[in-house]
Amino acid sequence: MSTNNNNNEVLLHVENLMMHFPIRRGVFQRQVGAVRAVDGVSFDVKRGETLGLVGESGCGKSTTGRTILQLYKPTAGEVEFDGVNLITLKGEQMRQMRRKIQMIFQDPYASLNPRMTVGQLVGEPLMVHSVATGAEINERVTHLLETVKLNPAFASRYPHEFSGGQRQRIGVARALALQPSFVICDEPISALDVSIQAQVVNLLEELQQQFNLTYLFIAHDLSMVKHISDRIAVMYLGVIVELATRDELHAKPLHPYTQALLSAVPIPDPIADSKRERIILKGDVPSPANPPSGCRFRTRCPIAEGICAESRPDFREIRPGHFVACFFAERYL
Amino acid sequence: MPDFILDVQGLETTFKTPDGVVHAVNGVSFGLGEGETLGVVGESGCGKSVTMLSVMGLIPSPPGKIEAGKAFFAGQDLVKMSKEELRHVRGAQIAMIFQDPMTSLNPVLTIGKQLEEPLVLHIGMTKKQARERAAELLTMVGIPNAKDRLNDYPHQYSGGMRQRVMIAMALSCSPQILIADEPTTALDVTIQAQITDLVKRLRDELGMAIIWITHDLGVVAGLAQRVLVMYGGYIIEESPVRDLYANPTHPYTIGLLGSLPRVDEQQPTKLYSIEGQPPVLYEKPNACPFAPRCKWALEHCWQENPPLMGVGPEHRAACWVDTKTGRHR
Repeated sequence: MSTNNNNNEVLLHVENLMMHFPIRRGVFQRQVGAVRAVDGVSFDVKRGETLGLVGESGCGKSTTGRTILQLYKPTAGEVEFDGVNLITLKGEQMRQMRRKIQMIFQDPYASLNPRMTVGQLVGEPLMVHSVATGAEINERVTHLLETVKLNPAFASRYPHEFSGGQRQRIGVARALALQPSFVICDEPISALDVSIQAQVVNLLEELQQQFNLTYLFIAHDLSMVKHISDRIAVMYLGVIVELATRDELHAKPLHPYTQALLSAVPIPDPIADSKRERIILKGDVPSPANPPSGCRFRTRCPIAEGICAESRPDFREIRPGHFVACFFAERYL
Repeated sequence: MPDFILDVQGLETTFKTPDGVVHAVNGVSFGLGEGETLGVVGESGCGKSVTMLSVMGLIPSPPGKIEAGKAFFAGQDLVKMSKEELRHVRGAQIAMIFQDPMTSLNPVLTIGKQLEEPLVLHIGMTKKQARERAAELLTMVGIPNAKDRLNDYPHQYSGGMRQRVMIAMALSCSPQILIADEPTTALDVTIQAQITDLVKRLRDELGMAIIWITHDLGVVAGLAQRVLVMYGGYIIEESPVRDLYANPTHPYTIGLLGSLPRVDEQQPTKLYSIEGQPPVLYEKPNACPFAPRCKWALEHCWQENPPLMGVGPEHRAACWVDTKTGRHR
């Protein structure tokens, strides 16, 4: 968390980003519909800050991260990084750009090639982008492993010899190899045990300070997102329903979904927990292939009215820096 | 000592692996009171699930083996029971729900069929009675149009609904004990809240005792009356729920609570992290299994594994050190 971040320079600007995956049927594989995984998402990430992107499974938060990196070709929208429109970039230009935007993946068991040694894994990006050769690679790998607090002597070992937390450190070292300015952390701790999660989160925070990194931190764990983020965006069924600074989002959540989500997070304290009022949402998240008309949340919303089915609420700035997509947000001001 | 409906004493379970014999449970003793909700907390590999599976006779053998211990339920030792006898207890008197409802349900049978089976087997209902009761059970766990949905297959249900079905199935024979093994871990928070809410309601209505196994200290705080914390196959702390969170005593419990960010915290502080990682025990330890990760460890901790010692009213911890002073207790 970088609270001493006083510049407001926008590093990443995302506007009306859409990612629809086609559903194809029949002999001719004709498109019969689309999974609207991301359906019009807009936000900025400022240099040096951590933006938390939180939501439940299937809400499109990971797809958003991948679409920013152009791992998927977005259906519509704009992604501007450091003044450059990523969507129009082609081949080699995009490849060069990826040096500055890196990703840390969720599953440290699946994201590392089991046949490569740690040294090869961490050195690979250096080689692919030809930023170092020969002995210099080894030197840089040693330094990177020290940075993530792994013993450099481990460089000749294979991923299966490491625990989940250590593997995630290898993933972090790999992401940092090219000295990126922006790192997308896609659920980096959800596969880890509780006592190990804190180790990795503390490491990410230290590295952010050390290298002035900007994070997009994607997670479903609201308490961890709150811990690490400066600002938080809440996603539901392909759209951002609320975006605000960490403190404001928790003190004054304006969207009914944010309120329910906050109240559903268990607090490790029986006394505080018993004093809380819980909002229990009815039912499940609808399918993104066939989302509800109007407001996406209306089918589970405790305060939905007729208008919510008719039109989609704008994502509007209701207070400085506090955006919300709900017709009735003023009620909670 | 109050009367326990389940009384486990000195349970030890090992697994044979290619790397050697793993001591998964190393002498675990606890009791479960009637109508009580007991939380069992620990990280993966701490032995929390294996303890309960051993009690239920569900350890695959080989490679698993119950080396020692007793588990008294209604005056009978579950560990000594034959397979046939256990089958009558399991499902009927002690029911269990698991983490992943998709792998616990049979994908080629309708929900109705699977709900009716225990009713016919354990209670001896006729098919027709069982059908009606199954619909009632589904309604009880909050599934709308229960009658029609009995004909659906598990894949037609969402994750949260499948877990509701598992709960309905577990409660169908009115068991005295429900063992829930990480039942909400695979679910989203809003669905998790639905399920814990449902379990609380059913507990109050039906009065069964619950053992809730989880790695999440947050879930247990709102649900359990008493908590066991496990580490390396041992119970390392046992306490009424409020006292555990107010006065955590074992360094591991202190560390776990400190490593959790709280959604209601005002100013985020640096998270406390326990260095190192949980052990895999290839032999029964002579030292405290937590000593290698413990910042309070004294010389004695390396020489003798501490037993559970009383540290407060009904509050016991397995630690030689008084963490408030840093001295030997």
